[in-house]
Amino acid sequence: MAEYALILLGTALVNNLVLTQFLGLCPFMGVSRKLETALGMGLATAFVLTLASVCSYLMHTFVLVPLQLEYLRTIVFILIIASLVQLTEIFVRKTSPLLHNVLGIFLPLITTNCAVLGVALLNVQRDHGFAQSALYGFGAALGFTLVLVTFAAIRERLALADIPKPFRGNAIALLTAGLMSLAFMGFSGLVRG
Amino acid sequence: MSEAKDALFDPLVDNNPITLQILGICSALAVTTTLVASLIMCLAVIAVITLSNVSISMIRKDIPANIRIIVQMTVIASLVIVVDEILKAYAFETSKQLSVFVGLIITNCIVLGRAEAFAMKNPPGLSFLDGLGNGLGYSLVLIIVGATRELVGSGTLLGYEILRPVTEDGWYYTNGMMLLPPSAFFIIGLMIWAIRAWKPEQQEKPEYQIHQVHRMEKL
Repeated sequence: MAEYALILLGTALVNNLVLTQFLGLCPFMGVSRKLETALGMGLATAFVLTLASVCSYLMHTFVLVPLQLEYLRTIVFILIIASLVQLTEIFVRKTSPLLHNVLGIFLPLITTNCAVLGVALLNVQRDHGFAQSALYGFGAALGFTLVLVTFAAIRERLALADIPKPFRGNAIALLTAGLMSLAFMGFSGLVRG
Repeated sequence: MSEAKDALFDPLVDNNPITLQILGICSALAVTTTLVASLIMCLAVIAVITLSNVSISMIRKDIPANIRIIVQMTVIASLVIVVDEILKAYAFETSKQLSVFVGLIITNCIVLGRAEAFAMKNPPGLSFLDGLGNGLGYSLVLIIVGATRELVGSGTLLGYEILRPVTEDGWYYTNGMMLLPPSAFFIIGLMIWAIRAWKPEQQEKPEYQIHQVHRMEKL
């Protein structure tokens, strides 16, 4: 049990997806201008990321490895993610129109979020088992949402600050992300591995 | 002729995919701890982006509009797999260092963006130049970041010693932070600042205008 808690904490804080592994930076820079959109994007990504992590693990272990088609995994994973995103959209639209209003516009964007494919590939590379893959996906998603929401909150304040012209927008955002990354390095002694 | 020139040179500085459009920065930050890894990554991206632009442009009239994204993704994914296998065969050490980031070229927004925005509307020749230009614009940033991080971080370039570090009786105190994640954010942020100070037309408009409130009438 302790081992699983460590994986969760380790991926969410110590090896944070965005700030130390550099995955999912496009939505991180793109949708972090407003707090509400950041929260919506974070939740939608968290859901798909966990599901995709589990599905791609199952696909890899039970279909690709027995057929010795490991070299096709990138293309298979991206198709799994694309169809998962599509399914999630249909499911959410049918069951909860409210949730669909909140998450709807973000769902198609998740297909090209490198965090989702990145976690699926990292699971394979690190020989994670079923429970480990699921937890790794969930922890990564948790870390992604946490950082995205925090960053959006900082950027809302930045939008009102008097910043020198060449620094406005993305330049100052990247420097802020750098400082956040420094802060997150403080977690590195927390969990080993 | 000027059209071709624009397609090739515009993405280098004036419309750089990384510093202006903020696309594909994931790999730009992750693989740049050494110059060799950056160079290999650049070659991989240039190969994928030019080939995908050319092949998508050739079949652009036969792709049904409503499934075009998935067709483009499949073309790009196949090219990425080929590049990945070639790297594993001929540059195994570097391919291990690049880890999942070669596979992640698929989700690199630059490649899909150019396929969607340019190759779907233009003939193969022009698309080739556009792909090459964008690949070179991406590479320019990667090489600058990679060279800075390797030189300042470990005193070497391409593995050759340039600044002799203190640990080997030299004079140079290596700056370990350059090899850690935060420095990548800082360098790219400062690069964007430098380019926008040089070319003010790239500066962003403020989202909110702060007005001076006049309350003279109340006094």
